[in-house]
Amino acid sequence: MNDNIKKTTPNGWTIENNGWALQDFEEQAAASSGKVKVATVWLDGCSGCHMSFLDIDEKIIGLADLIEIVYSPLVDIKQFPGGVDVTLVEGAVSSDEDEEKIHEIRNGTNLLISFGDCAVTANVPAMRNQFKVDDVLTRAYVENATFNQQIPRFGVPRLLKKARPVHEIVNVDLFLPGCPPPSDAIYYVLGELLEGRIPDPKGKTRFGA
Amino acid sequence: MTEQRLHPRGKPLRTDVNPVRLLMCKIDGKDISAREDETILSVARQNGINIPTLCHLDGLSERGACRLCIVEVKGAPRLLPSCVTLVRQDMEVTTNSERVTAYRRKILELLFTERNHVCSVCVSNGQCELQALSVELGMSHVHFDYIYPRHSIDATHSRFSVDHNRCVLCARCIRVCDEVEGAHVMDVMGRGITAKVITDLSQPWGDSETCTGCGKCVHVCPTGALSEKGKSVAEMTKRRQFLPYLQLMRKEGQK
Repeated sequence: MNDNIKKTTPNGWTIENNGWALQDFEEQAAASSGKVKVATVWLDGCSGCHMSFLDIDEKIIGLADLIEIVYSPLVDIKQFPGGVDVTLVEGAVSSDEDEEKIHEIRNGTNLLISFGDCAVTANVPAMRNQFKVDDVLTRAYVENATFNQQIPRFGVPRLLKKARPVHEIVNVDLFLPGCPPPSDAIYYVLGELLEGRIPDPKGKTRFGA
Repeated sequence: MTEQRLHPRGKPLRTDVNPVRLLMCKIDGKDISAREDETILSVARQNGINIPTLCHLDGLSERGACRLCIVEVKGAPRLLPSCVTLVRQDMEVTTNSERVTAYRRKILELLFTERNHVCSVCVSNGQCELQALSVELGMSHVHFDYIYPRHSIDATHSRFSVDHNRCVLCARCIRVCDEVEGAHVMDVMGRGITAKVITDLSQPWGDSETCTGCGKCVHVCPTGALSEKGKSVAEMTKRRQFLPYLQLMRKEGQK
């Protein structure tokens, strides 16, 4: 089977998903039915929250028996699947692609968690908000570049006027601040959700750490 | 020189022949005796009742700037700032009703939206009173839209720098400079959310002729707005022990 799936986003770039990965995923999903479907998303952030997630170390093996990661930078699925139970969103909403993605994610997710300070407060990505987008890009790609001074305009998502926290764009069900949230806090939140309780991360994490 | 000591409302303090009266009040259902010249905040703290504050600092005058210490007083239609409200006979105070905590949360959230508080890259990360309050009041996110105002950093002083992005306008720096150091270098310019702490007549701090460079302002600052140069993320430890000590020594010296 080699039916490549191509999807073109409104801003003109193509998301490719080769048939092999998709087929593989479908087989896995069929084999592991009954598990809680979890997705993690990386918007405008540094991936530190994902690193902290992996930092739960050996406990992740126990977690893997209960959850199935259906979409994540850690797995090879390019298209957000929909029908997801829990999605952890890392990063602020900074570009038109992020904005498009976050609506798609919200529609396909039961419980959406703002994962880390960039998602909760827009944090470091929002430090550019004091300036105009053109000024920021000129500073980065022209003034501070030694070679090939030009602002990238093709094949990259366009920046929004301001980087925004996720809950300013879509409804968020749970907030997990921290830069990054400590791995214990992440494990606690997922553990409580798997037990069917609503977690209260108060006291387990804070802004900036 | 006889010093006319005033209490927060400007009335002269009572003397030995006309001593301070004691009165009874109720805080959170607890019967408490207090001196008539004490504030609700100070009486509550003496009795182990915690009221969150940001602009209050032992050893400085009260400003009532942050409004986080608001409490409910029976019979009063609005919430009162406990740091500038004196206790009265038979006063009934509630420090943690649902109404009070909801307003405190809103005030705290608005403080976060008004400036650019980026905890993760702040010199005071982990040692910041604003950050600690967000944990204490259980604030997991801000319900209001962030303003993202444009604010400057003044690093013209040889030893200190001020980052207005992190300022909460508590006016501790202004008070310590005026009341303790006696230099009155700093003040507030503008109104509302455009208010800003300035040095001299809004001149660069480094050019200030009145600044003695004592650094008291830096150490009373609750956030990372004022910091020593050369400190990186989470490295700015504030040392405030000097303040009550200095005040006590001066009081003793006057005797």
